[in-house]
Amino acid sequence: MLELDSVTAGYERRAPVFRGASLTVAPGESVGLLGPSGCGKSTLARVAALLHRPDAGRLVLDGTEVRAWRHRAPRARRTAVGVVFQQPRTAADPRLTLAEPLRAAGRRAEARERVAALAPAVGLTPDLLGRRPHEVSDGQLQRACLARALTLRPRWLICDEMTAMLDASTTAALVAAVETYREETGAGLLAVGHDRVLLNRWCDRTVEWKDCLPTAA
Amino acid sequence: MTARIARALQAVTAERAGDAVLSVRGLTVRFRLPGGRTVAAVGDADFDLAAGECLALVGESGCGKSVLASALLGLLPGNAETSGTAFLDGTDLLAADEKTLARTVRGRRVGLVPQSPAAHLTPVRTVRSHLEETVRALTGTSRRARRKTAEDAADRAAFPAGHLDRYPHELSGGLAQRAATALALIGDARLLLADEPTTGLDRDLVDRTVDELRRHADEGRALLLITHDLAAAARIADRVAVMYAGRIVEVAPAHRFFGPTGPRHPYARGLLDALPDRAFTPVPGMPPELSALPDGCAFAPRCPRATARCATRPEPTAGVACHHPEQPRA
Repeated sequence: MLELDSVTAGYERRAPVFRGASLTVAPGESVGLLGPSGCGKSTLARVAALLHRPDAGRLVLDGTEVRAWRHRAPRARRTAVGVVFQQPRTAADPRLTLAEPLRAAGRRAEARERVAALAPAVGLTPDLLGRRPHEVSDGQLQRACLARALTLRPRWLICDEMTAMLDASTTAALVAAVETYREETGAGLLAVGHDRVLLNRWCDRTVEWKDCLPTAA
Repeated sequence: MTARIARALQAVTAERAGDAVLSVRGLTVRFRLPGGRTVAAVGDADFDLAAGECLALVGESGCGKSVLASALLGLLPGNAETSGTAFLDGTDLLAADEKTLARTVRGRRVGLVPQSPAAHLTPVRTVRSHLEETVRALTGTSRRARRKTAEDAADRAAFPAGHLDRYPHELSGGLAQRAATALALIGDARLLLADEPTTGLDRDLVDRTVDELRRHADEGRALLLITHDLAAAARIADRVAVMYAGRIVEVAPAHRFFGPTGPRHPYARGLLDALPDRAFTPVPGMPPELSALPDGCAFAPRCPRATARCATRPEPTAGVACHHPEQPRA
């Protein structure tokens, strides 16, 4: 279970982006979170991905409350969650080839095996794996970012506007890759976005951002 | 819908009568890379665009759409080679020198609505300052009337007057987009180039932005909408041109393209089938590298209908460049 319970978060303590947001994702479930630009849904996704420490509220991951965030989180915790962001350009290290982050899967033979399995799953050809981000298109780079998120076989996957920059065909291909991974592993998914048609088609259920917030008393 | 069909028919007629605002023939752009390699970014593009008409140029990212727009504005980097013609009211944009482009074309006869308005605007200046500078540069407005002209321009793009003294970072995505559109409209250009104007905006804002662009076309401008967002194209386009690996593979009236008849090129069909409200299945494989295009049809390796004939490049006939186009259903 991934439980966000009354989370208040933001970038200034006195003016949080939102207060008291709650959302639950069951194991193996896919939940789409819908909201307009600037509502704070990406910040909530960052909290769920252990990347942003909330000002108040709890995140309970697989039954244990999360108390440490970002690099302070224990390794087993961090690797339980995979994240894909909206902008592949700003999410990729320009110095690394597309294959390099995928080698984090393990020691030499293990890593080679994992890269060989991941690349076709997200539709990356061998010649692309050796290139750096500036040598590939946005769509190709986002495929690599998805492969990176899946490398350590996370139990939870957070996709924050994963396909907002992409054309229809690449969108459908990436969603299919996520769903294949989830069928194989039973991972849960939180997909954040503003495209209602897409999230309705993709997810088991969709949640409106305003329904995550406490009702005005 | 009928009004749109009428407009599409009118556009076709305008094309035949030769009074298109923009007339592009054989536009080809190649980039020379070190080591003698070349990237064929745009190949033999032919299209016309009439006043009051919106042509949507759609395709996957990296297929050459934006290069085509840059070519029309003479904004390609130094290693680019262009050929072909692109006539705009008697001027060939591809042959014009920098001075002509700078003094008579950019902003005055071609308005550009940029891809990411936040990056297009100068961060240290207010929207009003942007507008007034553009008014001064493009029109002969006297100093006293400048303020009023700038405010009118903002009003035409539905930019709220109360936000004129804000800096770009203080604007939401939608407002920044309108500020950029207001700048594009000041020179009263007959041709508007909108290069991915809706990337990253949410659906409501996409609809509002493209509706506003449509309104500017309805006022008699020609609008070239470059986008990968098929829903946005379906909303406002009169005609749709599909680009694949640098080539326009199909041009069709929007009502046929998005309607029950559908497009005829297998790639265009695949692109539509990838939409989440349709089959949601991707086109198999990935687009080819523009630096290593096959001699024949570039789509053949991904195409379910490919045969030996596809080893030769199909010439466009009746708006489709394919050896095995889908037959229109009766």
